[in-house]
Amino acid sequence: MISFILIILAATFFTGIIIRTKSIASGRKGPGIFQPLLDVIRLFNKGTVYSETSSFVFQIAPTIYFSSVFVAMLVVPFGQSKGFISFNGDFIFFAYVLGLGKFFSIIGAMDTGSSFGGMGASREALYSMFAEPAFFILMGSLALLTGYTSFQEIFSALHLGSSISYALAVMAAVVFLLIAMIENSRMPLDDTKTHLELTMVHEVMILDNSGFDLGLILSAGYLKFAMYGAIIFNLFSGTIGYKYAIPMFFAMQLLLAFIIGIIESFMARFRMNHNAQFIVVLSSVSLLIFFGALLVSGKFI
Amino acid sequence: MNLVWGFLLIPLAAICVIPFLNLKGKAIAVYMAVSFIAILTSFVAVKALMGESFNLILQGSFISGPIRLQVDALSAWFILIINFTFLTGGFYGLFYMSAYQNQPKNLTLQAILFVLLYPALVSLCFIQNGFAFIIAWEIMALSAFLSVIFEHEKAATIKAGINFIIQSHVSLVFLMIGFIWVASQTGTYDFEAIHTYALANVGVTSLWLFAVFFIGFAIKAGFVPFHTWLPYAHPAAPSHISGIMSGVLIKIGIFGILRMLLLIPVDYLVVGVIILFIGLFSGIYGIMMAILQHNLKKILAYSSVENIGIIGIGIGLGCIGLGTNNPVLISLGFAGALLHILNHSLFKSLLFFAAGNVYQATHSLDIEKMGGLIKKMPQTALLFLIAALAISGLPPFNGFISEFILYTGLFGLITNASVVSMLGIIFTITGLVLIGGLAIFCFTKAFSVVFLGNARHTFHHHVKEVSKFQLLPLYFIVILLVFIGLFPKIFLDILIKPVQLFTNLQQLPFNSFQGNGIETMLSVSNSSLYFILLIISIFGIRKLLLRKKTVTVSSTWGCGYTAPTHKIQYTGSSFSRTYSQLFGFLFRIERKEKLPKGIFPAKAHLETNSYDKVEKWLIDFPITNLKLFMGRFLFFQNGKLQFYILYGIVFIISIISLPILYEQIILLIDFLKQL
Repeated sequence: MISFILIILAATFFTGIIIRTKSIASGRKGPGIFQPLLDVIRLFNKGTVYSETSSFVFQIAPTIYFSSVFVAMLVVPFGQSKGFISFNGDFIFFAYVLGLGKFFSIIGAMDTGSSFGGMGASREALYSMFAEPAFFILMGSLALLTGYTSFQEIFSALHLGSSISYALAVMAAVVFLLIAMIENSRMPLDDTKTHLELTMVHEVMILDNSGFDLGLILSAGYLKFAMYGAIIFNLFSGTIGYKYAIPMFFAMQLLLAFIIGIIESFMARFRMNHNAQFIVVLSSVSLLIFFGALLVSGKFI
Repeated sequence: MNLVWGFLLIPLAAICVIPFLNLKGKAIAVYMAVSFIAILTSFVAVKALMGESFNLILQGSFISGPIRLQVDALSAWFILIINFTFLTGGFYGLFYMSAYQNQPKNLTLQAILFVLLYPALVSLCFIQNGFAFIIAWEIMALSAFLSVIFEHEKAATIKAGINFIIQSHVSLVFLMIGFIWVASQTGTYDFEAIHTYALANVGVTSLWLFAVFFIGFAIKAGFVPFHTWLPYAHPAAPSHISGIMSGVLIKIGIFGILRMLLLIPVDYLVVGVIILFIGLFSGIYGIMMAILQHNLKKILAYSSVENIGIIGIGIGLGCIGLGTNNPVLISLGFAGALLHILNHSLFKSLLFFAAGNVYQATHSLDIEKMGGLIKKMPQTALLFLIAALAISGLPPFNGFISEFILYTGLFGLITNASVVSMLGIIFTITGLVLIGGLAIFCFTKAFSVVFLGNARHTFHHHVKEVSKFQLLPLYFIVILLVFIGLFPKIFLDILIKPVQLFTNLQQLPFNSFQGNGIETMLSVSNSSLYFILLIISIFGIRKLLLRKKTVTVSSTWGCGYTAPTHKIQYTGSSFSRTYSQLFGFLFRIERKEKLPKGIFPAKAHLETNSYDKVEKWLIDFPITNLKLFMGRFLFFQNGKLQFYILYGIVFIISIISLPILYEQIILLIDFLKQL
């Protein structure tokens, strides 16, 4: 339960830090770190505009998208303490619930009948399809390493003993970070700040959303970042007590947001047709982790 | 005994009565017959699932020998699935077919075939005699064939039907080889003889015997590379028949494979790995082909191949469990497969029925001509959406449950396996995840192109929702679909008895799923409930907040462009364009194009069609070569009657002289030996 509160707290500033980092890196002062939160609150208080083409799918899609992220968040543990939902194989539920959210965000975009919506939707569907194997291979390797199949048990059994397992945890952190970037359609794949609809992925899917719905979608994005941040934190948390773990959690989230900000500041977006290859690389890295796990568990002779 | 008489007499009576009734009477007669048979067989099946299996030996004839009937837990599971699909499909069909009232003769034939197909399919589940099995199989295949070619005035339908009947008979040949093989060795067609014969010849012989049966049944089930009939037969058939074919007819192939696994002791590890691999390949290939299709029913047909693949993965896992004496894996593998059989029969028949509604409303199956149907047929759209979510394996629907069980089996296996099998497992997990991701891609495309956005084509008739009664069976399916998703435990408890049949093969104890890694099912259903509650409450908050705000309806954002047409929408092909570019090398995509040229371009067009590579190499290539080879003997067919009579005489003489010649040759060989 504690993870749930912490993730929400972290989500309030995560995206703000990214934006702040980017603005400082480009020599601007930038908005305050709670500006994204204020934006969402403002949106929640607004009326809304629907496209005349759209149907009930368009109206329900943001709600389901947000709920899927919210439920996925409930699965994530915090160090020793379980998430609100925890059972053997809960990470399968985690991935599939997020899949449901994606399904609805895709059909929500298609519901407007706009060609831009179609572009974004087809790209999103393709990328998320590629990104999922990486997550499962990674979780498979962690399950192999620890012998457990639920988030909390895996993370609490993940003793960082040898140097190889440190390397594995770092690699796993990188994979999770990249998954988070793909899930949130961030820089190497998608430029959130682009002004050309043709080159957008996520932004172009939500062109027609407004008011409360847009607020839900944005806050789902913030939560997603903090959620993956929490998973990465769990990779390293081990068995330390709350007294150190909670500050470490926030420090970790700050660091991740900073890293993402730096990446976004100094990297250009990939060409659209290179994105698929980039995501496949992710699966290869997680395969490397798998072999590493084999090595550590002594099954590799 | 009375039960068997009832089972045989009900369809007979219906068939005799149907031709003399008016349309309404026919419909009532068909549905009454179907309901009676369903009640009868369900009664027996439920008893069998409670542990009281049904056994009966019929006299039979001197060719077939005594015909043994047996309903055990496995048969019972399949019988119940078939019953449900036929009850819903039959009800749907009554209203679907009413659109063809101007063809009364054709409808009479359809009605008779429906009453024939159903008992034939059910009887396959309990006949334990090879001879009778083949006969029932043939009745099933022929009545299905005639049902498929209902719209026989279309050339494509006839072609699809003939394709189906030929492949059905190829499968029949394999089954006949298997049954005759055993009968020639043991002198009886009884299934028990297969068991005793295989037990006496464990090793290569039993493996071959299994392989023969496996191929026979795999053609019916539609495993890649034997799937090529599916994408033709399903679109051609009337929708209730496609739903039934995809829902249960192809599952009878799976049933056959499971039955043979119970009868033929083989090296389960080897067989398991092979089935797992075939399943994985079918799954990925099926869904990858599905994405490329433009015909709504073809999408669904290829997605059936995918789901058969997932079932195959389950069976493969179960067999690996049998090979390694791992009761947990056996139970998870077979339970996952059996539950997915039920699940697929539900959502696939639902999808086909919804596609049937679309076909009736638009008279087309080309998804590129559709769009915006959600406004005209909101109920069909909602039903299709739920089925699409379920088939993509997403919670809180039933598809997730069976896939979750398979994942649990795979991840459970990972912690105690050798390196080589570990690679296999990670490969399988990756495959299963890819199947899931591709299914989302496929069904977001199918749903959004058909139902969302603006209409892409102006139909010259009024497009409207089908009648309430026609939608009724679809809602029944949805209720069951959600019920399984939320309360999977009930269904897992029912599955204990069927799974026990498999654990008994290795004398392993298995009494419940407790401690098998899926006692967590309760948590899964709870989480799904939370999820639904959350959606409802957020939507409620949204409603509340929006009550006081202004809600405007305006046109879609067109990047400032003010005169958008429906033509600038994304089509199905454009949705999957990046995908087909990435994986184009795997498929055969035919392009016919005439690009616009010059300052005043004339008419231009672009047409892409995907063609199945497996079909090209496995079906077309041999047939072309066979045709070439046979063409050399064309001179025999010279059209002169005298020659034909001569051929007949030559044939008769050679048939008579063959045994004599054979004896002479034996004599000669003996003589040579003596020398």
